[in-house]
Amino acid sequence: MEPLLSCRDVHVAFPGRGWGKPPVHVLKGVSVDVHPGETVGLVGESGSGKTTLGRAVLGFAPVTGGQILFEGKDYAKLPLAKRSGMARDMQVIFQDPYTSLNPAMTIEDILSEPLVVNRVPHPKRVVADLLERVGLPRNSGGRYAREFSGGQRQRIAIARALALKPKLIICDEPTSALDLSTQRRVLDLLLEIQRDTGVAYLFITHDLAVVRTMSHRIAVMFGGEIVETGPADTITRDPDHPYTQRLLMASPVAEPKEQRRRREERRRLLARQERELADAHAWDLESA
Amino acid sequence: MSVESIVAASFPGVPAEPDDAYPKQVPVLRRLLANPIAVACLVFLLGVVLFGIVGPFVLTNDPADARLELTNAPPGTGGYLLGGDHAGRDIFSRLAVGTGESVICALIVLAVAAGIGITAGLIGGYYGGKFEAVASWLADALMAMPGIILLMAIFPLIGPNIRLAMAVFGVIISPAFYRLTRAMTLTVRNELYVDAAKIAGLSDARIIGKHVLNAVRGPLLIMSGGILGAGIGIQAALEYLGLGDPSRPSWGVMMQDGFNNMYATLLPIVWPALLMALTIVSLVLLGNALRDAFETSASQSLQLTPATVARLRAERAADPAAVSAPPKGAPAETAADLLQVHHLTIAYPTSGDTVRAVVSDVSLGVHKGEVHGIVGESGSGKSQTSFAILGILAPTARILSGEVLFDGRDLLTDPTWQRQVRGRRIGYIPQEPMANLDPSFTVGAQLNEGLREATGVSKAEAKATLLALLARVGIKDPQRTYDSYPHQISGGMAQRVLIAGAIAPDPDFLVADEPTTALDVTVQAEVLELLRELQAERGLGMILVTHNFGVVADLCDRVSVMKDGRIVESNTTEELFANPQDDYTRMLLSATLDAAPLRRPLGQEGV
Repeated sequence: MEPLLSCRDVHVAFPGRGWGKPPVHVLKGVSVDVHPGETVGLVGESGSGKTTLGRAVLGFAPVTGGQILFEGKDYAKLPLAKRSGMARDMQVIFQDPYTSLNPAMTIEDILSEPLVVNRVPHPKRVVADLLERVGLPRNSGGRYAREFSGGQRQRIAIARALALKPKLIICDEPTSALDLSTQRRVLDLLLEIQRDTGVAYLFITHDLAVVRTMSHRIAVMFGGEIVETGPADTITRDPDHPYTQRLLMASPVAEPKEQRRRREERRRLLARQERELADAHAWDLESA
Repeated sequence: MSVESIVAASFPGVPAEPDDAYPKQVPVLRRLLANPIAVACLVFLLGVVLFGIVGPFVLTNDPADARLELTNAPPGTGGYLLGGDHAGRDIFSRLAVGTGESVICALIVLAVAAGIGITAGLIGGYYGGKFEAVASWLADALMAMPGIILLMAIFPLIGPNIRLAMAVFGVIISPAFYRLTRAMTLTVRNELYVDAAKIAGLSDARIIGKHVLNAVRGPLLIMSGGILGAGIGIQAALEYLGLGDPSRPSWGVMMQDGFNNMYATLLPIVWPALLMALTIVSLVLLGNALRDAFETSASQSLQLTPATVARLRAERAADPAAVSAPPKGAPAETAADLLQVHHLTIAYPTSGDTVRAVVSDVSLGVHKGEVHGIVGESGSGKSQTSFAILGILAPTARILSGEVLFDGRDLLTDPTWQRQVRGRRIGYIPQEPMANLDPSFTVGAQLNEGLREATGVSKAEAKATLLALLARVGIKDPQRTYDSYPHQISGGMAQRVLIAGAIAPDPDFLVADEPTTALDVTVQAEVLELLRELQAERGLGMILVTHNFGVVADLCDRVSVMKDGRIVESNTTEELFANPQDDYTRMLLSATLDAAPLRRPLGQEGV
């Protein structure tokens, strides 16, 4: 099957701050594919480049090398303003539902904006349908974002992403700012929408538990590179890369006995990795 | 496992979010009209505008008509409502015509300044680049020029044309609009909702016109009041100096005439001066009222009188409904030997005499060497409870009932005891490590000062202790971290630094408020490990506030679940996870994703 989105050896470098400072290389040759209807989870810690990859796909980051193919067409070097054709097919849900909705606009204005500029007929009715789709009352369009809770705002952001019936939604930590039970409901909604519409997700998060619930496949990022990629159960059961192993052991589970066992396991893992590192280092010295 | 079954595995027991979670937003105009000063100013300004516009058409006396017998006439004589001036002309008529001119001139200033300043500010702020560089340079150059002197200098060029002079003044004052608009556009440009609009396919013009202008209009509106006032003032000054058209009445000309004539009578100078002063004052006051209307939070700092607090306390004590049902599970015995919280109720004012309780009738106890987790969602009151123990509640918070006993003495009613133990025997680890370090001092300087304040040791002793502790919390090069500024260290390192600072005075009790929430998962594991080691090593009692059940399972001996300000369940950690009693606890536990089903690669689902 032809991938919907195909990032091939993508490099992103931000210009250095100040005179003569070298550019900061944030992505160092990242390749990842997303197929229609698929969720690919992108997991890594802060500074690993996972958010930058999402922004590069959307056209917000300076791509210095590689290709970003969407339905076979390379968008890597195309500035955002010239991507109008793609707008309908690729959308985004941001992490922070408090700043991603314009506080001065009503929900109806926010949701109908993409519809109006893309000449979708009957925007009013579509807005009401969208609100219903994300589990909000049909008539909540006249209210402002600040009248809603964090979870409800994120539902509005999802409705905005859905407005143009996209084929791919970049989800950038969409539940990190939410409470546990709210997170669960929003994730359920995203799964349900994927079932109904066949939309693909590039799902960016630092939370391994979230990513394994959501993703068909997982790519693990570390230091601007994808260090491991594979089906969700392989990555979360039998990870290959030392970083993925550490990541897997790091997040505590909500079960005291199991957590005690994992703690021990994590200690053993860290000790082993340290030993291996020392061995490799010694070997390096010897061979030098 | 198919997607369907994952969806079906979501939890029917999870209640939907309340529909009216947040109050409806009151429109700015209605908030403005609720302010009597604003209404008075608006009415007055409207009157001035009407006077200036309609006045000249309904006048019975021609403002240029000089009747010698009415020279310096007192008000009311000969049909002159406000009297006559030195040439026997009707002051009232002249004032009406002058007001009309002032209104027009002020509007010219505003239109020119706003037109140039806002347009340039929006373009410069949104796109940046060369345009911004040139525009900013021009703005700086214009601001460096003395306005009124410039206007006097160009008088020979434009002649006695006050409206043109006002347009020039509009250009001179436009940097004020430019700078404000540009600065605000710069921040709005990076807002996520602007990114979302770009992705939705909106053109730049539409984004600027709708999103950016919408966000910056409030402060611009406030500034406009000041610009109008300045325009009126400058116009009057120019006319007064004789740089306008002396044949046409205006406030400045009238004041000039009155000034020359003031040994004969004072009144002719009083009328225009009074009108002008009131107009400018109204504009400024209206601007302030607008600012208050835009900044809603400014009106929310409500204060309760001590009498009201006493009444609320008495009401609460008498109200049987205020007593919570005892928590399910096996609540911590309140006979704990380190910290006891009894029936704590914390409320915030919602008006002058009503309150909303954020913590209701909370009781818990912590033994020496025990880690007590308080877990709940946002708004459950878990952080407020810990803040009350530390005595760092917001100033408007009021304790309506209860006591917090540390070593048997109440911290709430005994400020001396609070001062003696806080920072010495009670340590605090905050959620946002970076926000809790002062960026203008080195890490070492901050820690050292805190430790000396707490224990009274010398600077050198404190430094030796701290360096040892920094090494203990896993910092590889303690001396270097000690000499670093906060921005030079990572978030995980900053949290280690704060932990070192908290344990430095050798406390026996720690309050940790979401100590790992802001950290990466791998760093979180290291910090949890560190906290466990330190706790065991020093026999620390601890309150750990968190929303993460994994953290509870990892670290806590005992856990209390909070919901809407009440503890709904409390038990030992093993027992609570193995056998949750309360529906809410069960719902929270089921919402964790640890047991959530995995998804197969696409095409293999449902196999």
